[in-house]
Amino acid sequence: MRLTRTLEERLVALYRQTKVVGGLFRSLGQEADAVGSAFALERRDILSPLIRNLGSMLVKGATPVEILKQYMARGDSPTRGRELNIHFGDLERGFIGQISPLGDMVPVMAGVTLSFKMRGEDRVGLVYVGDGATSTGAFHEGINFAAVQRCPLVVIVENNGYAYSTPTSRQSAAKVFVDKAVGYGVPGEQADGNDVLAVYDVTKRAVDRARSGGGVTLLELMTYRRKGHAEHDNQSYVPPGEIERWERENDPVTRYTARLRDEPGFSVSELEAIDERVRREVDDATDVAERSGVPEALSALEGVYADPPRADRLWFRDGAEGVVESHERAQGWGTFDDSASGPH
Amino acid sequence: MAEITYLEAIREALFEEMERDTAVFCLGEDIAKYGGAFKVTDGLAERFGESRVIDTPISEVGIVGAAAGAAHMGMRPVVEMQFIDFIANAYDMLTNYVATARFRAFLPCPMVVRGPSGGYVRGGPFHSQNPEAGFVHTPGLKVVYPATAADAKGLMKAAIRDDDCVLFFEHKYLYRRIKEAMPSGDHVVPIGKARVAREGRDVSIITYAATVWKALEAAEQVEKDDGLAVEVIDLRTLAPLDDDAIQATVRKTNRALVVHEDTRTGGIAGEITARITERSFAWLDAPVLRVTAHDVPLPYAPSLEDYVLPQVSDIVRGIRAVAAY
Repeated sequence: MRLTRTLEERLVALYRQTKVVGGLFRSLGQEADAVGSAFALERRDILSPLIRNLGSMLVKGATPVEILKQYMARGDSPTRGRELNIHFGDLERGFIGQISPLGDMVPVMAGVTLSFKMRGEDRVGLVYVGDGATSTGAFHEGINFAAVQRCPLVVIVENNGYAYSTPTSRQSAAKVFVDKAVGYGVPGEQADGNDVLAVYDVTKRAVDRARSGGGVTLLELMTYRRKGHAEHDNQSYVPPGEIERWERENDPVTRYTARLRDEPGFSVSELEAIDERVRREVDDATDVAERSGVPEALSALEGVYADPPRADRLWFRDGAEGVVESHERAQGWGTFDDSASGPH
Repeated sequence: MAEITYLEAIREALFEEMERDTAVFCLGEDIAKYGGAFKVTDGLAERFGESRVIDTPISEVGIVGAAAGAAHMGMRPVVEMQFIDFIANAYDMLTNYVATARFRAFLPCPMVVRGPSGGYVRGGPFHSQNPEAGFVHTPGLKVVYPATAADAKGLMKAAIRDDDCVLFFEHKYLYRRIKEAMPSGDHVVPIGKARVAREGRDVSIITYAATVWKALEAAEQVEKDDGLAVEVIDLRTLAPLDDDAIQATVRKTNRALVVHEDTRTGGIAGEITARITERSFAWLDAPVLRVTAHDVPLPYAPSLEDYVLPQVSDIVRGIRAVAAY
């Protein structure tokens, strides 16, 4: 949680220096639901993060330097400058890259976990959606498919109160999202998303159920998005005082550290050492990321297909073979062919 | 008269049409209180209330389907796609339901689906697309893609008044970059009519949307450097294509370059080229050439996006190639 927060704070600084290409998406106040749930998985399991699941990716082994290079569109970033922000994955480390259209990863994760079942692998999948994504057809079709197939999949609805500017009350008439579980014929559970241990517990139960052949579970984690949809969003649609109240009364990091203080054997110096280690790690990562270069332009043509490995460079670009120069002309065509002997 | 931006021109058209006709209403994600991701609908909800400017769940199939139903009943819905890339979610509803409704069931769909489109803005693969070609290929849909602020306003008004579904592509690169004074009065630009953006006699460029401006810049450059007079045709509407305008410019200059920001294979340039050879082959002094995006998903990093998309220098090269043939 500390690493998520410190890394995002660094990204804000870089964004203000215009070193971030495009938008910046924060998970401030939601770190517990991302981190606590990801910890409930084994190394071999696969999760599908959403835009506010930086913490889940870090738990799964994504590194700060990768995140920073992604946001700065560097040539040696995980997507080599092709995709934005935390839109990347690594199946070896157990996380899969998301796309912008919401809900699409639910059917994809149904397929990922279907493959586990078909091959008899002891692995489970975890897919995150926001309150907004539950309104999509893809969400509905994906969870229903997974439920029917009894795929080992945990579906987490992170209810953070807003989808861009739209409050949850304008997203769904259902009082709580976990009620939707009944309609899909799967167990559902709701938990306090800002209590990292509660998140871990509820996710662990669902993961265990999936692992033991119990199929899909729908979880709803109650949290709150303290920043706008992205950094440019001034949150003018949020009632006054709401953000401040969550910050004051329900910050996941503050809550967890307060709880740690009550543990026997707690030492402040240990906590400070963690903070210091995180700061150093993010500093070092920033140095490395800033030193890496921009992507080489021609690399844009690579990897659309396995075969051919490279798309054609179009004729009007320097170095490409000119389409006009290479035109073949039929014998005796037009008035251009001096060697033509026949009548024109 | 004060100049307004391309974005403000669209908003002005929505205001005027909602004032004129109570059947007109807007629906989309984050369009009411927030005013839309790009603020196109800013102020509409205050003026007309949230019953006519409706914030919807994230449900493109639902939004487009509901618009079709309301349109059948005599309403005139204007749907916003937060980014036009997400129109892919509603592809089934638009191509299977809406596009066929009049033909198979005699049900009119007087509706507009509009949204920010196009690249040159570092938006990456899901916030930069130009998905017009698939819809131009679908009988039953009309497609417009304005390049100027005045056309954005006039075509929006025409689209809302049209008795069929019009897909209205707005180029987000142009939203705040161009400004113009609006023609006075009830400014309506007819759907299906192209515009001569620049007169010339040596080479014709046929294009639309953001690349109109790049073509104009290229035309200025070759006039200065090569003494070539380039004509630029701004199509404005892609379905139905203004075939007469295309043939007229080709028969005038005898040389044509088709330019678009969309990818090459299966893009509209292929259709335009085919029409030219079908009707004006005998007038051609050179093959019709295309300057388009490369056939790859649009990448995010500036160096990559700049490489993939057509630039002014590419159009200059294209003009010279066609002129020199």
